[in-house]
Amino acid sequence: MGISETYTRGRDLVTSRPSVLIVAGIVALLALDLVRQIATPGGLSTTQLVGYLWDGLVVGLSIGLAGVGLSMTYSILNFANFGHGDYVTSGAFAGWAVTWVIAGAGQFDLTTLLFIGSVSTRDLGVSAFATPLAIVVGLLVAAAATIVLSLVIDRLVYRPMRDEGGISLLIASIGVALALRYTIYIVFGQRTRGLTDAQSVPDIAIAGGFGVGGHEVALVVIAAALMLSVHFLLQTTKLGKAMRAMADNEDLARVTGIPTERVVRFTWIIGGGLAGAGGFLIALERGAMNFQFGWVLLLLIFAAVILGGIGSIYGAMFGGITIGIAQSISLVWLPSEFSTVAAFAVMIFVLLFKPDGLFSGVTTA
Amino acid sequence: MSSPTESVDPTEDAAGDDAAAGDDGREIPGWTPYREWFRDRWSEGGATAWATALGHLLVGGVLFALVAGFDLGTLPIGGSLVWFVYLSVTVAALYVATAPPAEPYVAWLEDRWMESDVDKLLIVLGHVVVVFFVFAVALGLPFNGLMGALSSVLFFTAVYAMMVLALNLHWGYAGVFNIGIAGFMAVGVYAMAILSSPTEAGAASVPGLGLPLPIGILGGVLAAAIVGLVAALPALRLRADYFAIVTVAFSEIIRLTLNSRTLQEFTIAGVTTGTGGATGITMPGNPVRLLFYDGFGAGAEPALLGSVLFPLFRGLRIELIPPGSSWLGVVPLPAFTLDLAVQPSVISNWAYVVVLSAFVALFYVLLVRTGNSPFGRVLKAIREDEVVAKSLGKDTNRFKIVAFMFGCGLMGLGGILWQGSQGFTNPGAFRPIITFYIWVALIIGGAGSNTGSVLGGALFAGALWEGPVYVRRVVTNYVDFGSTPSTFPGAVAPFVEGEVLPFLAFLLDNVSALRFILVGVILVALMQRRPEGLLGHRKEEAAAISLTRPGGGGGGGSTTADGDAVADGGREADGDGGAR
Repeated sequence: MGISETYTRGRDLVTSRPSVLIVAGIVALLALDLVRQIATPGGLSTTQLVGYLWDGLVVGLSIGLAGVGLSMTYSILNFANFGHGDYVTSGAFAGWAVTWVIAGAGQFDLTTLLFIGSVSTRDLGVSAFATPLAIVVGLLVAAAATIVLSLVIDRLVYRPMRDEGGISLLIASIGVALALRYTIYIVFGQRTRGLTDAQSVPDIAIAGGFGVGGHEVALVVIAAALMLSVHFLLQTTKLGKAMRAMADNEDLARVTGIPTERVVRFTWIIGGGLAGAGGFLIALERGAMNFQFGWVLLLLIFAAVILGGIGSIYGAMFGGITIGIAQSISLVWLPSEFSTVAAFAVMIFVLLFKPDGLFSGVTTA
Repeated sequence: MSSPTESVDPTEDAAGDDAAAGDDGREIPGWTPYREWFRDRWSEGGATAWATALGHLLVGGVLFALVAGFDLGTLPIGGSLVWFVYLSVTVAALYVATAPPAEPYVAWLEDRWMESDVDKLLIVLGHVVVVFFVFAVALGLPFNGLMGALSSVLFFTAVYAMMVLALNLHWGYAGVFNIGIAGFMAVGVYAMAILSSPTEAGAASVPGLGLPLPIGILGGVLAAAIVGLVAALPALRLRADYFAIVTVAFSEIIRLTLNSRTLQEFTIAGVTTGTGGATGITMPGNPVRLLFYDGFGAGAEPALLGSVLFPLFRGLRIELIPPGSSWLGVVPLPAFTLDLAVQPSVISNWAYVVVLSAFVALFYVLLVRTGNSPFGRVLKAIREDEVVAKSLGKDTNRFKIVAFMFGCGLMGLGGILWQGSQGFTNPGAFRPIITFYIWVALIIGGAGSNTGSVLGGALFAGALWEGPVYVRRVVTNYVDFGSTPSTFPGAVAPFVEGEVLPFLAFLLDNVSALRFILVGVILVALMQRRPEGLLGHRKEEAAAISLTRPGGGGGGGSTTADGDAVADGGREADGDGGAR
């Protein structure tokens, strides 16, 4: 009886959704190949694999961190904010300007520092270990500046259009993105600038010749802490409850007496703050940034958020990590130029089978 | 203001006097009757008023030139600062003074604007031409330069119009939110290049398959349509905004793949070809060039049209007043030559613009026909309410896929005519930002309207894309900014101390970034104030019969837009050019 039930279910699966089997097959093949490559002497070493996974986790967490904010605004305001990547960039520039000023005051010209101008990063010596205060203040300023920015933009752009459809808001957000990005371009210039002094960041050695960078650890720890706090905020506070209610059904939320405008404001505060902090941390981990790094990252952030299912905080985190790991683990099979291609391909594949994302149905939880 | 310095520029004084007219009724001998006469003719409006104004402008200009000791040979195009100032001041004065005679113009404009879509298109194109005419005069460009500038603006107008028309099929008709346009363009262009490039590669690029160009173009269009199918299959099950992200991810996958070193050159079944990687790929020669030259190479000799037109236009100078002539043998007249010479490259550019215009017309007709066909009506029904369309027994998925493929094929063709005509392209030309430009153009014109699409393309190319660059050229031509600061703080520091020029110089230097900000702000403003675009609520009805009153314009309008556009543009250019 048990066997025949399993058989029926299996047959149903094969007949109704053969594509699921195909994908399962591909995934199994890749896994087998991975094992084979590790087993082959002179092939992929375990250290390398762990290295890929760690890189994927770091990139994934940074994407996820920026993605949580996007996911929140997406589910509560009902539009895909194409300006989010440039919020990330704005936060990073604001934060790093302050970090540089604190780290280099008295030593270098203030104006040059404030505009993150040409100063030798070696001489300035900024890192989470050499100048922790500057980094912490920079992180806070990055979050604060992005909160202010997102509130101002909401007041100017999105609030007058609150009743419009998602696509109208999306298009307006493309305009916001362009205007923001090129304002940064005009103010800070187009060059990619080094930010940190790589020499002063210790590599933390872990067994088997595998080491992780100090800034990577900083990013992972802070990102995890921020995501946890967002989780508790949404789950345990009244505000969180209101937000979830609004994400589910805005009209019903308003009828229940939830001050929707205030919830929207807090959404921007949390989403903007996370975007700014995320931008600052991503720049810290990379040690460099330019005026469009947020925009370039945005497509990956979107991929992560959609992969996870819009509106789900866990989805954003999980999607980010999936995208990050897909990107780095693809290096086992593909040249590095295809890592982003692999990430997008994974997203499209997942959407083929789960059109609403992995965590679909779970909104803002 | 009403000082009797009537000699130099009567129109200016008329304007000034107009303002001061209410103060007192002082009789000034000679001046007051003249003013009365002028007012009478003025208030008649229409042609009389314009003729009076033009006459004054002309007399004023000649007097001005004589007083300034000017060589009239620099007229009419071949300006300098003084001429530009004179023109601006008199035009401004004319504008202030001609409130009544300008009324017919404004009324005419409003009239035509309301009349039909084609008129709107003609008005916009005409004004683009006029504005660039003014730019050319202000820059002191010779006739050749004006023609060059115009051909470049019209080139962008045409290519954007084509892309926006194709996008309109997706968004305006089928309601499919496609932000992967750049990717579909890239597929078309690269497929065409690989199919049609010669098998023997030069030093510059990878070898192709050496097939004839029409097959290459057809292959490119088909490839774009097939990639559209591949993109549409997963996307149909998705929400509109998920679909959008999938399309943009698709376009990035395509661009990154074309950019990769791995596929730069590869061999399949003994045939070596490739994408050229990040360095780019050489395009097959533009066949329009064969109308003028006997080959594609740099050293090709003029042939066919080229051998006739090039010599004709190279020496096209009309001597209106030969040197050494005089009026009645007493007053010496300055030499004056109308210089209409045009370089060969500009002529072949114009020829290509004409070809592109024909393609725009083709796209337009094709989309209007599609929109009015049963197929198009189903698309519109899907856009309005997919469930309803489904319940009427329409296989909405099939309709959407076909529409998407059709649009993608057109995007591929548009890409070939745009990027494929430049002799060379690389993956950098297909960044997602191109997609957003096309979207901006669509939104300016108004989604759902084919005429609006062309209009949006023209406005985007003329006003937002090429316009700011010319404004910078004109301003830097006349204002000496000194040294331009290279950084923002370097520009702001003097600004705080009260020096505006370095800051302005810095902004002008960054005009290419400023225009992005402008595009962004306009996009937001449009979405807030006029989300339906310039042409208003233009969603064509899904109904088979026109729901407008009989005799009212209704649908698409006629298809002779392009021929007329040039004619009308020319007429307006003449009229306004003469007025200055």
